[in-house]
Amino acid sequence: MATLIRIFGDIDAAEDGVQDAFAVAVRKWPIDGLPPNPGGWITTTARRCAIDRLRRESRGRDLLDEVAVLSSRTEDPGIPEMVTNVQDDRLRLIFTCCNPALATEVQVALTLRLLGGLTTEEVARAFLISRPTMEQRLARAKRKIKAARIPYRVPEDDELQERLRPVLAVVYLVYNAGLTSSADVDLCVEAIRLARLLVTLMPDEPEVAGLLALLLLTESRRSSRSRPDGSLVLLGEQDRTRWNRHLIEEGEAVVRRCLRRNQPGPYQIQAAINAVHANASTIADTEWSQIVALYDQLYVVAPTPVVALNRAIAVGEVQGAAAALALVDELDLDNYHPFHATRADLLHRLGRDGEAAAAYERAADLAPTDAERDFLSLGGRASR
Amino acid sequence: MAQYMFSAYGSETGPAMTEEEMQRSWQRILTLEEEMKSAGALVFSGRLLEPETATVVRVADGDVMTTDGPFAESKEHLGGFYIIEARDLDAALGWASKTTAAVGAPIEVRPFWEMPDA
Repeated sequence: MATLIRIFGDIDAAEDGVQDAFAVAVRKWPIDGLPPNPGGWITTTARRCAIDRLRRESRGRDLLDEVAVLSSRTEDPGIPEMVTNVQDDRLRLIFTCCNPALATEVQVALTLRLLGGLTTEEVARAFLISRPTMEQRLARAKRKIKAARIPYRVPEDDELQERLRPVLAVVYLVYNAGLTSSADVDLCVEAIRLARLLVTLMPDEPEVAGLLALLLLTESRRSSRSRPDGSLVLLGEQDRTRWNRHLIEEGEAVVRRCLRRNQPGPYQIQAAINAVHANASTIADTEWSQIVALYDQLYVVAPTPVVALNRAIAVGEVQGAAAALALVDELDLDNYHPFHATRADLLHRLGRDGEAAAAYERAADLAPTDAERDFLSLGGRASR
Repeated sequence: MAQYMFSAYGSETGPAMTEEEMQRSWQRILTLEEEMKSAGALVFSGRLLEPETATVVRVADGDVMTTDGPFAESKEHLGGFYIIEARDLDAALGWASKTTAAVGAPIEVRPFWEMPDA
């Protein structure tokens, strides 16, 4: 750490560099093995990560200037010129990129480009589309921002909560895209970076912190999420010793701060659920009744069938498969593969194997990736 | 300040409004237009008569041709429009949200081309 502070003269850059280096280590060391000099590896990697980050941030600043020029006409001449600092600009930029007048995929591309500092090429690769297509998408978006006068400002207090939702949704989307992407650009890392930035820019927004906590806790399990052949590993079968304790500790600390604030929201509650899982050293030790209570809370603020489904799974752990199946069968989620996978598992536990097999087949038909399809076709079990 | 056009599209398919619904919609529109006028946002508005009342005029082979009926061969037609003045798209969309609720039809919001500053 000290070496890096000496090199960069900047504690934040050094800290971020070390954090990034640890993230890389967590991913690479289990596969490549421990390097002969772990400390030295961390220092070298951290330095590279910090340089990379500084390059992105200066790219980001150049891009900020670009956007500011685009929207200079929207500044109300009546308001005295405010002293612009980089943080304020980034906040304005986020809300501009995630304006609901832009399509979601455009919001995502703009956010990654202008806030994440990715090159157009990197954004294109991340979503497996061609560079010219992505260039066009971004160019059209910038034209619309200018022509239709999408404002370059932070929304007023009375609209802030509503406008914050697409911002958080974009970051969450980026993270999830990263989980299933085989691209070389790590969107999960980008999403967490963006979430950290949002927390810095909006320290008083509890849902922003909630999102960061959720991403950290989900990320902590990432390396044990799938096998080398790409098949998925059930939560109950994951090797918990491989879960990243640093990310868990950080995520749990954020969750505790959120609990103290007592302004719950969907991301915070989902983070809390993940924290309960992270706390259990084995699946059997999981405090499922706590999870059910949290899902009860989640359902109040987000009464969707998917939440009901996840709640039913937890209920199944507390009250048994029959109770869970009764809840699940009330739901209308025919096109959602986890619905059928859940039914299949519950039916199997109840000894109704014929129906379970049919449900697994239906789930496999709907599965979005080959890994998941294979997993489900084998009756939700690994080939080994 | 910029100007935006709000185009209200009606469809031939789908249920027509009852007399009562039309009255209520009309009331809502009048109230909204008063609000827009007070805010200095309303430049002009108008409701159009049915597409069958339209005539299209165009030049073909150097001559002016006249055709009976609307321009677009589609089931959706422009029913009416507003020209609104607003400082940015967020503000325009704020008015558009109220307009679509009052009118009961989708509203397309498009910015006007402006003469570039010299």
